[in-house]
Amino acid sequence: MVLLKDLTLLNGVSGNEDAVRNYIKERAAASGAKISIDSIGNLIALKPGKKPKFKVMLSAHMDEVGFMVTGYGENGTLKFKNIGGIDERILPGKRVLVGSSAIPGVIGCKPIHMQERDERGNNIKLKSMYIDIGADKKEEAEKAAPPGDYIAFHSEFTEFGDGCVKAKALDDRVGCAIMLEMLSRQFEFDLYACFTVQEEIGLRGSEVAAYCVNPDIALVIEGTTCSDVPGVEKQEYSTILGKGAALAIMDRTAYYDRNLVRFIHEAAIKNNIKIQYKQTATGGNDAGKIQRSRSGVKVAALSVPCRYIHSPVSMMSKWDFDACRDIVGCVLGEFSENQGMIESIKQGGQANV
Amino acid sequence: MFDLIKRLCQSFGVSGNEEDIRDVIKSEIGNKLNEVRVDALGNLIAVKKGKGKKIMVAAHMDEIGVLATFIDEKGFIRFSNIGGVSQFFALGQRVKFRNGVTGAVFYEEKLDDMKNLKLSSMYIDIGAISREDAEKKVQIGDAACFLGETVQEGDVIISKALDDRAGCSVLLQAIKNLPETENEIYFVFTVQEELGLRGAKTSAYQILPDMAIAVDVTKTGDTPECKPMAVKCGGGPAVKIKDNSVICHPEVRRLLEDKAKQLNIPYQLEVLSAGGTDAGAIHLTAGGVPSGAISIPCRNIHSPSEIVSLKDLENAVKLLTESII
Amino acid sequence: MDVLSILKELSINTAVSGNEHTMSEYIKSMFEKYCDEAAVDSFYNILGVKKGLGNSNSKIMVSAHYDEIGFIVTGFEEGGFLRFSNIGGIDAKILLAQEVTIHGRKPLYGIIGAKPPHLLNAEETRKAVKIDELVIDTGLDAEELKKIVSIGDFITLKALPFSLKGNRLSSKSLDNRAGLCALALLLEELSELKHDADVYVLASTQEEVGLRGIQVAAYKLEPDLAIVIDACHGEISDSPKGEAYPLGKGPAIGIGPNLHRKLTNKIIDIAKEENIPYQTNIEPEDTGTEAWATQVSRAGIPTILLSIPLRYMHTTVETLDISDVKNIARLAARFISKGCREVGDLWCY
Repeated sequence: MVLLKDLTLLNGVSGNEDAVRNYIKERAAASGAKISIDSIGNLIALKPGKKPKFKVMLSAHMDEVGFMVTGYGENGTLKFKNIGGIDERILPGKRVLVGSSAIPGVIGCKPIHMQERDERGNNIKLKSMYIDIGADKKEEAEKAAPPGDYIAFHSEFTEFGDGCVKAKALDDRVGCAIMLEMLSRQFEFDLYACFTVQEEIGLRGSEVAAYCVNPDIALVIEGTTCSDVPGVEKQEYSTILGKGAALAIMDRTAYYDRNLVRFIHEAAIKNNIKIQYKQTATGGNDAGKIQRSRSGVKVAALSVPCRYIHSPVSMMSKWDFDACRDIVGCVLGEFSENQGMIESIKQGGQANV
Repeated sequence: MFDLIKRLCQSFGVSGNEEDIRDVIKSEIGNKLNEVRVDALGNLIAVKKGKGKKIMVAAHMDEIGVLATFIDEKGFIRFSNIGGVSQFFALGQRVKFRNGVTGAVFYEEKLDDMKNLKLSSMYIDIGAISREDAEKKVQIGDAACFLGETVQEGDVIISKALDDRAGCSVLLQAIKNLPETENEIYFVFTVQEELGLRGAKTSAYQILPDMAIAVDVTKTGDTPECKPMAVKCGGGPAVKIKDNSVICHPEVRRLLEDKAKQLNIPYQLEVLSAGGTDAGAIHLTAGGVPSGAISIPCRNIHSPSEIVSLKDLENAVKLLTESII
Repeated sequence: MDVLSILKELSINTAVSGNEHTMSEYIKSMFEKYCDEAAVDSFYNILGVKKGLGNSNSKIMVSAHYDEIGFIVTGFEEGGFLRFSNIGGIDAKILLAQEVTIHGRKPLYGIIGAKPPHLLNAEETRKAVKIDELVIDTGLDAEELKKIVSIGDFITLKALPFSLKGNRLSSKSLDNRAGLCALALLLEELSELKHDADVYVLASTQEEVGLRGIQVAAYKLEPDLAIVIDACHGEISDSPKGEAYPLGKGPAIGIGPNLHRKLTNKIIDIAKEENIPYQTNIEPEDTGTEAWATQVSRAGIPTILLSIPLRYMHTTVETLDISDVKNIARLAARFISKGCREVGDLWCY
């Protein structure tokens, strides 16, 4: 969990992934991978295979949702806009870090005593929220946090309950952590671990990364929604915390290759690792761009279920994280042992574990 | 032609699950062309080799449907749409899974106003008595298509999946009677069109044609109190001018219009303000591909009772053939 | 170069998205005056190249789209009226009592009328009209009309340029003919300044319907760096704070994930050094411009966005300050000539 803790404490709002990238660069290089960074900021780590016949792409995004400074209030507060999908309702009273020097700030709001009757009953719009960094004057605020500065949620990494973790940015530092672990292993095929940027604002980095790598097969590792909480109908849970890694069938951006999905499912069952199907078809991830790259790529997505995703209190189960990592490991292991399976899936056939 | 259409329409081929329909099309093509291959996403690419212009003709073989996402304790199946499924069209319909299991689609009756009906409050009933019982027949992740018999009434065909098996039948007929030509022609039966023109994009990238023509269905404006549109079922194939995904290349549009005039077949001009077609993905591929489309006027699109005219289809075959040789 | 008259001429030309061939030759000859070569591609994008000193292999693309919003004929109504739908985003409210040109076999004048106010019911008085409720009156009888006009013909808004006080000009299609004018000015500036890289100016098509022309042009050219020039919202009395930019205060330089940060910082430095006024345009997500498409073309293209503040966008009275157009060209030229030599290692992270 040290690796995941380190990763979630770094700030990497879409378009400003530098801190995460630098950390990963150091770790990936230490494991003997060849590193390249492209113009949009993706980090592609190649671990050459021993007898490579194919290129296997793993993909996880480094970026997280956050905000950007867009203007100032008269009394030294910051106006801001969201980067990526954020539920406005969760924002009042949250702590944030502003700009490259991580200036602490709070998202303020009018105390309940001062709210008019209709204000009490309605949600506050992002447009009328502000960030207080302790500045009194507009000029002071502008100097400390110029327009365009990135703002990230501030949240500790906390372990609690029965193997639970709370942190910000679990989506998708869980994927980054798992990919870093895979880079320390040696496979027969060429492994391209793509740490992508700007997933949260439209799967931007992966489009470029997939074009560059031109893989034979790809696996996206994600943090995905998990709504197994009171007040939600069972058919809308999507995933259940603690029931293992979540394997997607279809979502808004991709229809996953059915043979590859079946192969992953069987590999997990055979190795006694907990796996569940994602039981909704909502959301989307980098797979959407990878699948449609160049002449098309067979792709699947395996995720760690995360409750309260896109908030500073994202929550996951360590057992699910371990399951996700172990399944990725054993799938890559199977491919490594018999690269013919990659060929078989690539040709649209079935492969048996 | 009706028999061919019936075979195509009644084959299973929900987006992302095109195996069965692909096999049917493959066997229809037989060995009439030089090469038939399947790519990574599942597009079927049939090539007539030649030294002339490289032309891509595309019709999508996928159809809309549903995906089983959850099974409750009592054996009722919750589902998600695959492609543009209207909750109102789906209500009371039957769906069939690839293994033949049939179910009825109905809704949670606790609903104050039918206007608020949502797919998420609907379910598939396969007559199971428990989750375990249901799972013997249907697994989460299984796709199902809507049921809708293929029948002929006078000049029209009524069926499910005419979008776009009608287009597939036009391509197959063109393949069957393809005259001698120098051109290298790629007949592509694409996948996942209903999910966002996905197969067309990746297949066009492999082919990089000089020109592309998509054959798909389009809306009509000839039914009672419908939205105005100057396309009629039975009025001839339509030469697409634009939809939301493409403004057709003027040269391709002119070619199609000229050929229709030469052949002396009725044709119409299509300006569609919503929806898209494979040409939208193809024309922006790589360095760009001048693209156009022949549209089959179709009533009740995305319902199990789509209607097209046989005469329009026959004329579409002539128009397509003449435009690619 | 007489900027005012170029702007006027560019604005009265017509090129609805998807029908740009009407203007492509005009632009090609405009580029040819300053370029080593210029050519029109199959999507009617016009690409001109101005060779650099020859000591660099890099290609810089500077683009501005030249298509304009407009309409397309969808059907006929009795009495010589035309039904139509929009191409590009148009507020139907501005269309009442509007003059148009229908580009049929020959250009045809038409009026979008309005139902007389005393015939409106309460609902109609309150609610905005929808485009499919409107018709174009051609004054011709139906038979005659069908000889000239066909379904699928394009329609443009008709309006003449109108000079306001000071440096302000009001006209149709200044989005983005103003950008195109800036490209011409840039080429003129570059003939005075030395530059290492080959500079490709691109007048692109089908921007208003989804950044389409630039996708194919950028893919084919595969430049090392892209500068996109487009219009942004000019500040008006009731525009939301932080989403519109005052006229005459210089180009708005885009900042956000869509744009290459180091290169953007560099061009801001150049503006400061050269005393060129500028403003910053904060875009946390999609900029809604061609920069969104160029950034992810092929293996990725580092992109900069420069915008001209423009009031009343997508109407016949789009209004700008000519000094902003001039300054955008000056800034881009100095960045290409001076900045690029220094950026070398800035292109990647």
